[in-house]
Parts: sequence; C-alpha cells; structure tokens
Amino acid sequence: MTPRHTLDARNLLCPMPVIRVQKAMESLAPGEEIEVRCTDPGAMSDVPAWCRVHGHEVLEAAEDDAGKIRITIRAGPGDDDGRSA
Amino acid sequence: MEQPRKAVALISGGLDSMLAAKVVLEQGVRVEGLNFFTGFCVEGHTHAIRKQDRARPKRNNALWVAEQLGIKLHFVDVVEEYKPIVLNPRHGYGANLNPCLDCKSFMVGRANEWRRERGFGFIVTGEVVGQRPMSQRRDTMPVVARESGAGDRLLRPLCAKRLDPTLPEREGWVDRERLHDFHGRSRKPQMALAESFGFTDYAQPAGGCCFLTNRQYASKLTDLWTSRGRRDYDLDDVMLLKVGRHIRPRPHFKLIVAREEGENRYLEGYRKRFTHLRTTSHQGPLTLVDGAGGDDDLLLAARVTARFSQGRDADRVTVEIVECGGESRTSEVAPLNPDEIPPSWYV
Repeated sequence: MTPRHTLDARNLLCPMPVIRVQKAMESLAPGEEIEVRCTDPGAMSDVPAWCRVHGHEVLEAAEDDAGKIRITIRAGPGDDDGRSA
Repeated sequence: MEQPRKAVALISGGLDSMLAAKVVLEQGVRVEGLNFFTGFCVEGHTHAIRKQDRARPKRNNALWVAEQLGIKLHFVDVVEEYKPIVLNPRHGYGANLNPCLDCKSFMVGRANEWRRERGFGFIVTGEVVGQRPMSQRRDTMPVVARESGAGDRLLRPLCAKRLDPTLPEREGWVDRERLHDFHGRSRKPQMALAESFGFTDYAQPAGGCCFLTNRQYASKLTDLWTSRGRRDYDLDDVMLLKVGRHIRPRPHFKLIVAREEGENRYLEGYRKRFTHLRTTSHQGPLTLVDGAGGDDDLLLAARVTARFSQGRDADRVTVEIVECGGESRTSEVAPLNPDEIPPSWYV
C-alpha cells in the first residue's frame, strides 16, 4: 500500500529532515503512514531515532546506490496529552 | 492545566544537560527535551558534507541522549528568530562571535513559552556555576533567569544547592536535597555522576557545539559582513561558511573552493546561484564565486581553481567557467604557484 502522505526532505542536512518529519507528523492521525525522501545519510539514523523516542513505527528505511533515502513511518498512538509528536 | 511535575529540559547532546535531565527524572518527574536548531550547530553538518567524515558512525547526540533517558525530544527551528541574538547581542560576544549569555537567555525563554503552552511546571538546564566564562557565572546566571522570563521556574539541578531555592524546590515538586552543588570548570563531578548512572558513552563535554565559538568560523562570518557592508546572513550563508577553502583575492569577490569529493557534491547544490568553475583537463574542485567578478577576476579564479586541482604542476589546465545565468566557456590557464596565494587571501 502506498502511504497517503509524502515528504520531500532532499538536499536538507540533518537535523532539518528530522524537523520536517516532526512537523509533518503533527497532522497525522494514529496509524497513518508517510513516506519521507532524503539525501543526507544522517537521516538514516536520525529519523528512526526520532521516531523511536516519539513512539512512531519505521516500516522501512532504505538507501539506494545513488544515496537516495526513503523512510516510511506509521504514526504512533500519540501521548496522554493527545499530542502526536 | 498546569502539571507541576512535568519539566522541559534543554538537551544539547552533551553530558551536562543529559545529567541534569536524569537527576530530575530520578525524582519521578516527567521530562521532555528541547533542542534548538540555530544553523550554527556543529552537530552533523560537516559530518554529512565531508566524505572523509562519513565513515565515522553518525548519530545526532541530542537524539541519542533522549533515547538513553527514555524521553521525547522536540527540535525547534529558530534560524530566523536567532538572528538578532547573533547580530546584536545585548551582552556582547565571548572570545569570538559567540553571544553565549544572550543565547542562553533566548533558549530558556523559548523553552519557557513551550512550557507555558503545554502546562509543564518548570525548565531544566545543565548549567553549572562558574563553568563558562560568560553565561555560567554566579553573576550572570540570574540574568538568564530574569531575561528569559523563566524566573524561578528555571532549575539547574547540577548546581542548585549553590543557588537560591527555585519554585520547584520550594513547592516540593523536586527534593532539593537530591540535587547537586557542582561548581567551577572541573569535569570530575559530572564524570562521577555519569558513572553512578551507568553512562559510559557520551559526547565530549563542554563547548564545541557551536560554530560561533570557533575562531576561523567567526573570521569568515566577519569577512562576509565586511564584504557586504552590512551585518546580516541567511541559512545558506551559514552553511557555506562551513564548507571549503574561503579565499578572497580581491575585496569584491571571494572563492569557495571544495576540499574533497563530499564538499564538491555539496557545493553542486549551489551552482545555479553562483558563477562557478571546475577543471576539465584534470580532476579538481568545484569553485563558487561569491561576489561580482570581471573577466580578470574570473581568470584569477580559474588559476586558483587549477592550483587546487590534480593539474597543479601542469603548465596549462583547462577550466570551465559557468556564469550565474548559465553561459559557459572554457579557459586554459597556468595554475597559480603556492606562493602566489598569500596567506592574507585565506579568510
């Protein structure tokens, strides 16, 4: 299934891709998915790390030979304040 | 509704802020972290750009700390808001262009807004009395509390016992007796506390996280302002000052010469906005021309570019010059000799 949401964070250096992901996740309902495209190799560790601390699930994180990165995230249940990120 | 036993901690990724948050967590307080992105953060950027640094394991230290502590970490993009702090710091600069006291007040102030909006009770920082010459002195720490607007909702758990009791201590949200009395520049108490918590792998403590404390970087930023005749910058300026050799052969233009493949690739992203040069007869750097340059200037730029190419010892090197508008031509030039680039050209 293709995620309904996509985020283009190419040519941004960390932590900017993470900041963009953080902003995007604010508008996602629990269970919704988003595909993030990045080029900074740091995103391969930083985006999943950010997702872990916020309770979101990384479904896939892959980097191709050209250095293009795709990370698919499923929004977690949010916290007891009702905040998703 | 305010929940006093919730705190927001400033998390830089260094040891002190990690310990401060941990001390409060140990008292059963719920903590969430904030990390501010000013553009001047050393974290990650050169690492991402330079190929030689890519081999090292990459991690964002603030996120790593959050994971170790089991807390959420929120990034706050303050690139635009931060400009007045850099350009006109009320309390001046430290050794270079580091406006540490204004910076700390600004960040605590933003944390205080964040806290109020979400009903958190107080703010936690890793400051230690006497540790830093500007922002962490006995006489300047009250300035941060006052000018940030945080007042006595600002708790410094590592040195709280040396300061007047704050609201969280007076109200019993935290137990003052279980806070600390660290002071001065010694790192031993922090290292002992880290050991007691079982923290063995942490970022090198104290300083080094902001390019504004770096003498060379400050020199490049000053040169940028001087050449433009005004003190201003945008995020691209800030990023480009982190990349390449910066060579100013004439007052009206500067060259940014990539030092290696990773920087070449990074500067590629700026080709459409700058006149740029690259060697075609030999492997070599991509060079951006910042500022207006006439034909003589571009010839000189070509000779500088050739100097840093694999053709540096050749009689002639072919250089492609692409103007900002896309018009391209090639020139055959003699590379400059090393002694033809005086040290004063290096920004």
